[in-house]
Amino acid sequence: MDDFLLRALLAGLGVALIAGPLGSFVVWRRMAYFGDTLAHAALLGVALGFLLEFNANIGVIVVCVILALLLVALQQQRRLASDTLLGILSHTTLSLGLIAIASMETLRIDLMSYLFGDILTVNTTDLYWIWGCAIVALAVLIKIWRPLLAITVHEELAQVEGVPVTRIRLMLMLLMALVIAVAMKVVGILLITSLLIIPAATARTFARNPEQMALFAALIGSISVSGGLGASLKWDLPAGPAIVVSAAILFFISHLWWSRRAQAGGAI
Amino acid sequence: MTNNHEPLLECSGVSLSLQGRVILDNVDLTIRRGEITTLIGPNGAGKSTLVRVALGLMKPDRGSVNIAAGTCIGYMPQRLTIDPVLPLTVQRFLTLASHHPKSRLLETLNETGAAHLLDSPMQTLSGGETQRVLLARAMLRNPTLLILDEPVQGVDITGQEELYRLIGNIRQRHHCGILMISHDLHLVMSATDQVLCLNRHVCCSGHPDSVRNDPSYVALFGQSGAKTPVLMPYNHHHDHSHDVHGDVVAGKDQHKGCNHG
Repeated sequence: MDDFLLRALLAGLGVALIAGPLGSFVVWRRMAYFGDTLAHAALLGVALGFLLEFNANIGVIVVCVILALLLVALQQQRRLASDTLLGILSHTTLSLGLIAIASMETLRIDLMSYLFGDILTVNTTDLYWIWGCAIVALAVLIKIWRPLLAITVHEELAQVEGVPVTRIRLMLMLLMALVIAVAMKVVGILLITSLLIIPAATARTFARNPEQMALFAALIGSISVSGGLGASLKWDLPAGPAIVVSAAILFFISHLWWSRRAQAGGAI
Repeated sequence: MTNNHEPLLECSGVSLSLQGRVILDNVDLTIRRGEITTLIGPNGAGKSTLVRVALGLMKPDRGSVNIAAGTCIGYMPQRLTIDPVLPLTVQRFLTLASHHPKSRLLETLNETGAAHLLDSPMQTLSGGETQRVLLARAMLRNPTLLILDEPVQGVDITGQEELYRLIGNIRQRHHCGILMISHDLHLVMSATDQVLCLNRHVCCSGHPDSVRNDPSYVALFGQSGAKTPVLMPYNHHHDHSHDVHGDVVAGKDQHKGCNHG
């Protein structure tokens, strides 16, 4: 196997490993649109990273965290619904990012690679970032798993029972920012949410408890990455979209299987 | 163990406004061990808000909430809807906040009459079953104070009676203080030691019999509430005597309706 292909596969697997379990929470907590908003803001982070000359990953994490905090603050008012706020922030940050990149005449940034990913150009430093962040994020997620699940089921009940709700929610935001920063390289900011939600939604069909769903989501994500990369190689397809499409194919197969079983009178 | 006469929970002079609207106005509330206190009142009377203040989920603008040292609160929220996309059995639901051995889970579920549901997915439970599982989760904490927000919501009349009886049994067996919100009047009257009739302020409070004859209770819930203590669903028309004086807000007006101004 060529080196660049091996690196691409390792990068994809690293992202799938954390995107599955975290994506399960995105699905359970109905945060898909929130994930999209953070992802769109990531472009602004990249631009800031270039402008201020620091690592783009750090720029993305910083912008995502600020956005998440801003959103929490804005949600205190009740005039506008959350999805309206998300829509405003999502497209504003994306546009700001595009403007910032366009105005940097001295630098040439391949916009397409940020929007749709460029997994085949992953280098060793990227790999360190991806696996480092994935392992840290996974460790944190395992550590806060139980309280996070408790506030997902019923936040106030969990709070009365002693779960530090604000801290756990904040940590979830940080995890999202971290994962989006590293997943950007693989599928690009416009497709990141798909890696979070499609494998998790597919895993629901087979899972009997939350942990199984997270595990299956990581597995299904890994299969999607491998399948997408293979298809990209064989038919010369863009790698990021090919990964997403292979995840979607797995989802539809699982869904068909589920509806047949449901018709036959299967369980939930 | 807390002394019987010392209150487990004491709210005094609690006032709270949200977006310029008075929700609670100078409300006092005391819960003691072994006593069942029921909050009644029309929609929007601030019952749930008072419970949330008591639980520490909301901070009052004025007034204080004191919880006796060593009090453990078991809370049963008003509504629980779990998205079908989250695979969760009753057993997992009960152990979300802390771990309990299976024997303890079964023992508690047995007490609330839901032992057969241990392995069922949460989403397949009926309204009454969900309430029993929620009650079990509250009981698993060995609470000295149980706070139940509309415990019979979504349960048919027979089931409601059973649940109130169950709550009464729990009070006797575990000798805990119980604060609950109720929408209906008659079922709850027989199952409670103290009734607090709330309409942003405390209209009247005391033993169910004395409350039932209190003019402000009659003004709030109408004659039928006072005269016919039989099974009967809560009727929203009862609130109209209040509405005639305008929307019920803090100020002099409301006291006319309540006859204690």
